[in-house]
Amino acid sequence: MSEKTRFSIAHLVRDPVLLFLVLLVFTGLILFILFPLYKIFVYSITNNEGRLSFRAAIDIFTSKAYARPLGNSMLLGITTGVLATLIGYIFAYALTRTDIPLKGFFRTIATIPIISPPFILSLSMIFLFGRNGLITRKLLGIEDANVYGMHSLVVVQTISFFPIAYLTLTGTLSKLNPAVEDAALNLGASKARIFRTVTLPLSVPGILSSLLLVFIQSMEDFSNPAVISGSFSTLSVEAYRTITGMYDMRGGSLMALMLLAPTLLAFVLQKYWLAGKSFVTVTGKPTTARAQSRDPKLIWPLFAFCMLVATIIILFYGTVLVGAFVKIWGINFSFTWNHFKYVMTLGWQPLRNSVILALASTPIAGLLGMIIAFLVVRKEFPGKRAMEFVSMLTFAVPGTVVGIGYILAFNDKPFMWTGSAFLLIMAFTFRNMPVGIESGTSTLIQIDRSIEEASTILGATGAVTFRRISLPMLKQAFFSGLVYSFVRAMTAVSAVIFLISPRWNLATISIFSLFEASKYSDAAAYIVVMIVIIVVAIGGLNLVVGLLGNSGTVASGGNSERT
Amino acid sequence: MNDVNLEIQAGELVTILGPSGCGKTTTLRMIAGFEYPTSGSILIGGRDVAMIPPNKRGLSMVFQSYALFPHLSIYENVAYGLRVQRLPAQEIRERTERALELMQLTSMARRFPSQVSGGQQQRIALARAIVIEPSVLLFDEPLSNLDAKLREYMRDELRKLQKRLGITSLYVTHDQSEAMAISDRIVIMKDGCIQQVGTPREIYAYPHSKFVADFMGKANFINVNVLGMAGEAIGLGSRESAGEIAEAAELAVRIEMGGRQFIVPRPGAVAPKTGKALLVVRPEALKLVPLGESAGETNLSAEIARGSSGIPALKGRIDRFTYFGNIARYEVSTENAPLLIESYNPDASQILEEGASVGIIIDFESARLLPADERELRA
Repeated sequence: MSEKTRFSIAHLVRDPVLLFLVLLVFTGLILFILFPLYKIFVYSITNNEGRLSFRAAIDIFTSKAYARPLGNSMLLGITTGVLATLIGYIFAYALTRTDIPLKGFFRTIATIPIISPPFILSLSMIFLFGRNGLITRKLLGIEDANVYGMHSLVVVQTISFFPIAYLTLTGTLSKLNPAVEDAALNLGASKARIFRTVTLPLSVPGILSSLLLVFIQSMEDFSNPAVISGSFSTLSVEAYRTITGMYDMRGGSLMALMLLAPTLLAFVLQKYWLAGKSFVTVTGKPTTARAQSRDPKLIWPLFAFCMLVATIIILFYGTVLVGAFVKIWGINFSFTWNHFKYVMTLGWQPLRNSVILALASTPIAGLLGMIIAFLVVRKEFPGKRAMEFVSMLTFAVPGTVVGIGYILAFNDKPFMWTGSAFLLIMAFTFRNMPVGIESGTSTLIQIDRSIEEASTILGATGAVTFRRISLPMLKQAFFSGLVYSFVRAMTAVSAVIFLISPRWNLATISIFSLFEASKYSDAAAYIVVMIVIIVVAIGGLNLVVGLLGNSGTVASGGNSERT
Repeated sequence: MNDVNLEIQAGELVTILGPSGCGKTTTLRMIAGFEYPTSGSILIGGRDVAMIPPNKRGLSMVFQSYALFPHLSIYENVAYGLRVQRLPAQEIRERTERALELMQLTSMARRFPSQVSGGQQQRIALARAIVIEPSVLLFDEPLSNLDAKLREYMRDELRKLQKRLGITSLYVTHDQSEAMAISDRIVIMKDGCIQQVGTPREIYAYPHSKFVADFMGKANFINVNVLGMAGEAIGLGSRESAGEIAEAAELAVRIEMGGRQFIVPRPGAVAPKTGKALLVVRPEALKLVPLGESAGETNLSAEIARGSSGIPALKGRIDRFTYFGNIARYEVSTENAPLLIESYNPDASQILEEGASVGIIIDFESARLLPADERELRA
């Protein structure tokens, strides 16, 4: 044991709050992340008597019926990854490097799919291109349009996940040192040549990162394939059907492992391999405003493209909004409130459950995210790297895997928690932390460590420093962590579909049932109500976080937006 | 970090000076408690603090980046340490206001750190540090983010304040003129070891090693031979003021340089008694004369034998001349060593051209001797 480790342990023992937090976080991570994964793994390689057996595993890997979903999921993930990254790159380039009009509008449009409830794009697909679809039936007169299958899935997932690509690539493009491009221009290169020889190669790490992130999301996706994939079976849905339809728990967990392997690999590649290859200069210094291209030959095609994407998104969301108010889509388009009445009566309890559980898990996930970011960036203790890795791991573990793992881990003594609100809250908390951790970590790295040291040497304990100095400075990161947790908790499907009970049914699962029963307009009304709740909640969170930084101080007038 | 033994008297301002990576900041952070010594102890007012966490040590610190709390007003920044101690509201207000007034910040108390200038941020950091009345005030290169003019101004302000409040202070910097200007004593560090401790004057006038001589100002080093004592030949009473420096009492020695003999009246404590040595001369202790103007070569030996210092000791040629306004700098090559010579108020005297042959007059009163081999000294 090195001297440093010895002292970090000695320090830990002398700081009881720190020791408590480290132990608490480790307990949580082990119990709610590692333990369920371990249970899936063990369950997959044992037989009904609990002995080691590869029978089920061999059956699955030699059976065509299981190889297909894996192939389908991979194909879908790669296709969506490429398309979403392409659109994301064009969007990011247009918004960071050129002077196109309506930038604010495009930015807003690109965030909508991130915060919207599940099923909405699939529902639009059905409304627009289904058998009674507005475009297929009414406009084109096609009688037997088949909306179900990979083609729809690719469209829906590309729209859902291109914002991830856009955000990743905006980060890359806006942080590339403009001096590099200026230097190329100064050496006499043309704009096109600069793009080809400088900008594009420098953004390769961002592009790869975006491909991997979208790939993970696409593989994980449960809600879209569950309702629109038709005969194109994907792993996440097949695992669910194997367990709920065929009561084959072992088959389901093996499929969960098949799903976990590629996403985990993509995650490790993205986080550890690409991180070292980034050309982004992290100085924490705002780069000087770059000159943006005003070349009309560049701007107008880009503008047209962005407008097209925006129009499609508006069309899809607008369709659902309209669909919520019509009697029977495709047959009777007269106005009605009936679907909302349904939501407010039969659908009321699941909706209330969703809000309660989301509200309960959001502060826990947000705070835990900040605490982990703080511990990992600022403190020294044994097992720090492991804590960082495991806490980010949940991002790569598909919800389906989490759901199955939780059933296996918490359906038995000593943890009889399935069907309880507690387990749902824990599932939300540990699944939704990563964004808070990520944004907290990147904020903390940019904040001069001596600000916290100044607080310490002035006599503040670790806890006081965290509450009065670190947390207020992490306000923005904290906010994005909270919003993300809330939205994800409200919109979660894949993990919770295994964990709900009659007492704790959830809104998203109700929407799923409405799909199964082909009650599409009821589903549309449900989705509209959820959107309203999410928007209101984000506004409310903004308000709460705004108050956070300035509480309890006497002479601090005004708002400290300048941090 | 090796063998750093340092004692600081109450009310004293001690500066740790050294090149980057010499361990000065580490020493400071160990005293603050942000880093842990693997062995040894740190005593503050007789209490061993090595195992006491930084927030219980009763210190305060002014950081290089100021480390102001960006989300708190200037008032709240200053009051922070008092609030953390949960003092009565009345006392917090009084002490905060007094500190703000002392640093002339009262008018901007409600503003935020990002809304004031660099110099004001510096004063906020200082106000925040002194308001808690620390037992020791630590400074980590506090002025390095200011521009040159403001740095000098703040340096003087800081020293005045420290003297007035009598706060025991430990100051870290790599800027030797800053160290000279504010310190009671200076600690020179290199590679995690203390090289020399002394008043600014002791350090500059009596460096104990080539490194210290070179680091504190500029110095010329000339290889010489020490022949022996010359105590009885030279009177020491001529400069009473030197008496405050203990080392001034050293006996004069006779040296041989370039085949001729000279007398060094105050060779310093580490001067070898005999054998090879390094003569240390500051650029301002050298004077150039155009050759031919001085007394004829033939008279030189006789003059030198009498210890006269108005006679050129070396001959050389000017390689380079740089004019700075207040000084003229000459780089001169001689048989013994290349020399750097600075002449103050150059416009009052003749400026010599590059390429000119010159005689060099050494002021042996301010020349010192060091052992030829540095490593022997450190052992």
